[in-house]
Amino acid sequence: MSEENSIGIVTPQRFCSSAPIRLKSGVTLPGFELVYETYGTLNPSRSNAVLVCHALSGNHHLAGVYAGKPDDIGWWDNLIGPGKPLDTRRFFVVGVNNLGGCYGSTGPLSINPENGKRYGADFPIVMIEDWVLAQARLADYLGIETWAAVIGGSLGGMQAIEWAMRFPDRLRHVMAIASAPKLSAQNIAFNEVARQAILSDPNFHGGHYAEYGVVPSSGLRLARMIGHITYLSDSQMGDKFGRQLHRGEYQFSYDVDFKVESYLRHQGNKFSAFFDANTYLITTKALDYFDPAFDFGGDLSVALARAKADFLIVSFTTDWRFSPTRSREIVFALMKNRQRVSYANIDCDSGHDSFLLDDPRYHAILRAYLENIGI
Amino acid sequence: MNIHRLSKLERERFDFAVIAGWIPAGERVLDLGCGDGHLLRYLSETKGIQGYGVEISPQSVLECVRNGINVLQIDIEGGLSGFEDRSFDHVIISQALQAIHATERILGEMLRVADEAVVSFPNFAYRANREAVAEGHMPVSPDLPYAWYDTPNVRFFTIVDFEALCDRLGIEIRGKLAFDETGQRVADDPNLNGSLAFYRLGRKSG
Repeated sequence: MSEENSIGIVTPQRFCSSAPIRLKSGVTLPGFELVYETYGTLNPSRSNAVLVCHALSGNHHLAGVYAGKPDDIGWWDNLIGPGKPLDTRRFFVVGVNNLGGCYGSTGPLSINPENGKRYGADFPIVMIEDWVLAQARLADYLGIETWAAVIGGSLGGMQAIEWAMRFPDRLRHVMAIASAPKLSAQNIAFNEVARQAILSDPNFHGGHYAEYGVVPSSGLRLARMIGHITYLSDSQMGDKFGRQLHRGEYQFSYDVDFKVESYLRHQGNKFSAFFDANTYLITTKALDYFDPAFDFGGDLSVALARAKADFLIVSFTTDWRFSPTRSREIVFALMKNRQRVSYANIDCDSGHDSFLLDDPRYHAILRAYLENIGI
Repeated sequence: MNIHRLSKLERERFDFAVIAGWIPAGERVLDLGCGDGHLLRYLSETKGIQGYGVEISPQSVLECVRNGINVLQIDIEGGLSGFEDRSFDHVIISQALQAIHATERILGEMLRVADEAVVSFPNFAYRANREAVAEGHMPVSPDLPYAWYDTPNVRFFTIVDFEALCDRLGIEIRGKLAFDETGQRVADDPNLNGSLAFYRLGRKSG
């Protein structure tokens, strides 16, 4: 990460929507707040706005750093900044923490106005369609009628695709990276294991752990560990850890023997220290429920027929969580409709998490595509 | 011999013009091994076609994205699964068939996804190529520009060979053209005098 083209110090902002929002589950929230960040300048014709949607554990802090916190770098800082592929000298970039999130947007950690307590488990299940609806309210507030592009990786890519179907006239390009049109049984199975880890933690208390002054950190830790395995490729784990031992010899105990165990425990501990378990549960459900083809007899191309945007679909050869085949389902559905779509399958060793890395071929594709977007 | 050899750009334009002659305006076109996408761009500009290119090379895919071409990075060695039957009017494979191992499968697949196929390939039996072999060397020419040790070509065939394969596969030859190295159309003994061959193919009816 080169500092010379960092966006520099950024400050999160807050958008308050006082109008009720009816969620897809049928529940209505009386209003909501979203925290967001913006980078670059919205041009006078408001044609250069790009929305970046986050994945499971992401948030609104895409790029730059916070004042006094030089290590708190945005999660997509390698992509976004002056001179970077998503060039903030040209584009006005918006990052938002989704509804139900735990980084300041209205979610399980917020106070329920009905009883003055934290929502906790009472926070309704939100779906990808709800996130996009809330993001559209933010776009209204920012004066953005049409996004030049909506971009996302993984779960973020699903939001970008949902945008194209829900608001066909409000975006010109979709860039969906390491994404899928719906979860497979295997994907749902992994999510279910993660949920069970949280739900069976004695500190979970039916989701109202805040009232007990505890957090189900061991469940969240396990959930993250299992999730993390699916983000990496077998070959990458082999290269990174192999069978290397943490202390140089077998311990003949259930403490850490192998370096990969130490790594997973570290990732789990780090994550469980800041992420909210209810948000994790909600987000895995949002993933599981997403299936835009369902209402169209399972035919994805019929679901996508409404979209007017051009699409760039990117997958990674070693991604087995959302494998290239899943991306190609989207590509072929779009092609069947004769919609504009390009597809790159990047040869990258790092599995699902490749979308967060700055592999030169990957970034070259994104840069080339973005440079062709007229503003 | 004082032969005017065509520049790369002239050759490209010449190839494009020959192919465009077989593509009616406004068609749906799939270009297999589309390179940097210039053929599709040419067909889009001159014929108003709506097309997709398929490439496996990362560099070519990048160039297509730069050129604003719809490009899909898919390996066609395994066929065209995912492409629906008769979803294109024309499928083109321009000087790429010789770089694919699964010749029979790809020809069958092309005529599954499109009504007609346009194929161009270098003729290994062209006089200059025969002479090179007679002199003890693998041929290197404008249509076969690679040394034997770095060629992407994996199938080496002639006009006569290709027509025999089409016959065996039940593929109807609806049009054929051959050109020498100067871009002159060859009528007499194309298997000897043709450096580059173009075919318009369809399924035999009935």
